[in-house]
Amino acid sequence: MATPVEDHPRPHPPARGRNGVEPTFPVRIWRGSASGAFQQFDVPRRASQTVLDVVTHVQRHLDPTLAYRYACRVGMCGSCAMSVNGKARWTCRTHVDAVATGATLEIAPLSNLPIVRDLVVDMAPFFDKWAAARGQFKPTATRHDEFAKVSPSSPARRAIDATIECIGCGVCYASCDVVGWKPDYLGPAALNRAWTLVNDVRDGDGVARLRAVAAEGGCQSCHTHQSCTRSCPKHLSPTGSIAGLKRLVAQALVKGKL
Amino acid sequence: MIDAQPLEAPAEAAMRGARYAAWRFVLQRASAAVLALCVVVHLATIIYAVRHALSAQAIVGRMHANVLWPAFYTLFVVAVAVHAPLGLRAVADEWLGLRGRATDVVLALIALVLLGGGLYAVGSLAG
Repeated sequence: MATPVEDHPRPHPPARGRNGVEPTFPVRIWRGSASGAFQQFDVPRRASQTVLDVVTHVQRHLDPTLAYRYACRVGMCGSCAMSVNGKARWTCRTHVDAVATGATLEIAPLSNLPIVRDLVVDMAPFFDKWAAARGQFKPTATRHDEFAKVSPSSPARRAIDATIECIGCGVCYASCDVVGWKPDYLGPAALNRAWTLVNDVRDGDGVARLRAVAAEGGCQSCHTHQSCTRSCPKHLSPTGSIAGLKRLVAQALVKGKL
Repeated sequence: MIDAQPLEAPAEAAMRGARYAAWRFVLQRASAAVLALCVVVHLATIIYAVRHALSAQAIVGRMHANVLWPAFYTLFVVAVAVHAPLGLRAVADEWLGLRGRATDVVLALIALVLLGGGLYAVGSLAG
């Protein structure tokens, strides 16, 4: 839900129209649960305005009952992801200028997740799938052992470099066609996490994790549409991670190690 | 990183499920690779037959003349019988919400029909 934050005075006054009235534009925002509907608000149009600014304006000035979620406002926490004009995005890093094609802006909760209320979705299924893909690090060493020496230039570590920056915002999950068609599909983020750990030479859960991601609803369900890769705000490639898992699963199967 | 270890009952079920799903994936990709080649050869054959105005009799004659032609079309039929039901399985699951043993039985029957019908056709042309 929205965290109450004091509305700080603006350093510069907003731009005014010819008659001194601030120009506004229509914004349609999802209200209610899955059976809800869009509600239209007229929101002042300002310079360098983000979609999160728009939602915050509505909640503070037009309808305080609007539920939405955010925390950092600078693209670090991933909690403000919503569907903006049909595409999942971080609202804090999305300028209205970049997405308001035509005159209107339509803001909805993330797809493929249960709606709690208004713009807030329940992320539990998303993170449950991280657990189902065995996304937890399972150490093989104890505190009495020496630190593992991992060369930054080794292929396995470089593969991790390409995946590790995922912050679990759910944008890829909401953008994935297969998640929408096949509810038990683990999804791009969970499989990306599994691939990260598969490449971690310190991890000791290799076979169990491969079995978890090879089962029904696992990596083989991906159709390589690449919607996840196209939508990832961190410019990661979950598609590449899933392809890596597919290769590894096939190799393990043929070698009798699955 | 990957070492097989003794399993308890739930883990063994997970292992079987993973192997079953992984075999389906590998078989579908392998049959797709075979089909990619077979379809190209088949299309080239059709174009050749049309451009040279080959009669049905001439085509059957060529099927008899070289054992490679029936062998090629037998491989083609087997690849189709493997590939098509696996693809239909994904369609049934994702678009129709159908899965489970009954669906798999129906798909196995489709595979048998494709295999039987295809091999019958190859046998009739080459026999």
